[in-house]
Amino acid sequence: MEVEKYLAAPKDIDIAEAKRIEQLIAASQRPIPDPDSWIDQEIQRNVLVTSVDYIVDWARSRSLFPLMFGLACCAFEMIGMATSRFDISRYGMDIFRWSPRQADVMIVAGTLTWKMAPAVRKVYDQMAEPKWVIAMGQCTISGGPFRESYSVVPGINRIIPVDVYVPGCPPRPEALIYGITRLHQKIVKESIQKP
Amino acid sequence: MTIALNGEQVAKKINEAYPAAAAAADKVGVIVNSDSLFQVAEFLKKTPEFDFNYLGDMTAVDFTDYFEIVYRLVSLEHNHSLVLKTRCYDRDNPAVPSVVKIWRAADYMEREAYDLMGIIFMGHPNLKRLLLWEGFKGYPLRRDYI
Amino acid sequence: MALQTEPFILNVGPQHPSTHGVFRMRVTLDGEVIVDVEPVIGYLHRGIEKMGENRTYTQIIPLTDRLDYLASLTNNLAYVLAVEKLAGIRVPERAEYLRIIMAESMRIASHLMAVGFFLNDLGAMMTPVLYMWREREKLLDLFEMVCGQRLTYNYMRIGGVSQDIPEEFLPALKKFVAEMPGFLDEYDQLIAQNEIVLVRTKGVGVLPRETAIDIGASGPVLRASGVNWDTRKADPYSIYDRFDFDIPVGTTGDNYDRYWVRMQEMRQSLRILKQAIAQLPKGEVISDIPQLLRPPVGEAYGHIEAPKGELGFYLVSDNSIAPYRFHIHPPTLINLTALKDMVVGWKIADLIVTFGSIDVVLGEIDR
Repeated sequence: MEVEKYLAAPKDIDIAEAKRIEQLIAASQRPIPDPDSWIDQEIQRNVLVTSVDYIVDWARSRSLFPLMFGLACCAFEMIGMATSRFDISRYGMDIFRWSPRQADVMIVAGTLTWKMAPAVRKVYDQMAEPKWVIAMGQCTISGGPFRESYSVVPGINRIIPVDVYVPGCPPRPEALIYGITRLHQKIVKESIQKP
Repeated sequence: MTIALNGEQVAKKINEAYPAAAAAADKVGVIVNSDSLFQVAEFLKKTPEFDFNYLGDMTAVDFTDYFEIVYRLVSLEHNHSLVLKTRCYDRDNPAVPSVVKIWRAADYMEREAYDLMGIIFMGHPNLKRLLLWEGFKGYPLRRDYI
Repeated sequence: MALQTEPFILNVGPQHPSTHGVFRMRVTLDGEVIVDVEPVIGYLHRGIEKMGENRTYTQIIPLTDRLDYLASLTNNLAYVLAVEKLAGIRVPERAEYLRIIMAESMRIASHLMAVGFFLNDLGAMMTPVLYMWREREKLLDLFEMVCGQRLTYNYMRIGGVSQDIPEEFLPALKKFVAEMPGFLDEYDQLIAQNEIVLVRTKGVGVLPRETAIDIGASGPVLRASGVNWDTRKADPYSIYDRFDFDIPVGTTGDNYDRYWVRMQEMRQSLRILKQAIAQLPKGEVISDIPQLLRPPVGEAYGHIEAPKGELGFYLVSDNSIAPYRFHIHPPTLINLTALKDMVVGWKIADLIVTFGSIDVVLGEIDR
């Protein structure tokens, strides 16, 4: 039976986006290595930082502007962290910026699907250096409870490099604040090997 | 309480009005022929004693020999409900008439059934993929999708 | 010489401050007036329906939490009701009362979020949200006392609930129920009688009564358009027929009516909570069912009045440990069918406010 005539013709913009998604799937077969994985234990203990660098990094870490990239349930624990009970204003991260050009750290919260992946890559590329990424929740670390599904990216480190992973489903706001303090330590390069 | 109507009596009334529909009573509702689905649905909406003006739910189930499409109709005035089913035996190009012109609620539900199961609804104004991206190969919710 | 104009397509993209999740709209504009809106969804499609066919009936309960993640307890309740209908399982009395107490508290928490973010979309940057969060944090503390989680609870089980409430729960809940009406009055007086809010929401985004029935809307969207239909009264499930409460019904179906219906529903939920706490009996909280449940061959549709609308689960069973077909009927996807009718002819700012008043959650739309 001739049934193709009942289907609506797809728009050009939809076809172009679908090609982009297929390209991204083909290019993301291996995860991107962590940004500081080249540093091993020996070199870490012998790295010296000049005092100017130290002060600049310290100032940078205490005034990060986060980019709100809440996708699913974890977004509401992130908003909960920003409200008055688990205040993150006291860490200098007062305003959640909506534009990637004005943000330093991108907190990805929630499940990432292949349809959304080109948008994440685009927003990450639009952020200015220096930039960091926090992966919040199980779904961003490894796909979470939805790993076996046909449309879920198994971990956002296939698409963008990640600095800090915060596990939980969803992680409590206190856990996310602990992740942010670990990011501060990483930026200042003071104690990379201490837990 | 919403009363679920008895399948036997409804099937008898449908067969009186449209004998080609070959309505039969199921355990939960009525099964009709897929060719006369549109006329039966219109009959069920327009007759005052049924008056099914609200489409509660629509879904498709893949039994490996056939697809079964289930509609759940509710009447807000009389507070009764009915389950209407139809079957499609063609595996490669399944096609069923669309009921969007009767209940607009079927718009997104039929698009989703096309997207995930591959059933084509004849007469739908905008039958495109809804949840997956254009060019996705296969229909995920079928039983033989890996 | 006449001025030549062209329509302009604006992409309100998946990552946007006011889209309540990853939702995308392609808006065709003529100047600033909207001519056409096309919603594009699927950015959070996780394939929950397909995953349900590989899990046992109890293992699906944590998956249902992640659908409408702002009201997880009502999702759990709808699913276990569907399984109990399929397998013919009875639930003990104390479990029924506990389910109602948790479901109504969840309704209050969900409506607090809806109203707070609606006022946020109107332009009051985060202040209403912070006020609502103060009350919501008290509710989340109560939920943490009972089931240990703040957002995705996994509390209901087939045949009852998973554990009994501790002793500190009831005094804390009574204190909350006593203080809440005062807070709602303060909220009404502080923000909602504001002149700007009234001018921007009355008469905007009207959904007529016939259209609302035709598109299959449900929940506050349907009731604000003047249709008196609530599943708790029309087709009572659990023990809702023992409580005494009213259904608020709006008149015109504009944005203000949807906001008003939600505020009134919170007050009615407090009424139900008072009655349920007074009538709570003693007993066990879960009935005896096998570990791997095998319901008889058949199908069932279990539906409840969730905060966003009528949430239904359709299960087909073939006498094995996993369902043959697991289908979710999402109220917010069906409510979105009328978005184009509601906003054509208005401006971009009205689009954001109207969309906020429908109160969508993307986890439920995309599943």
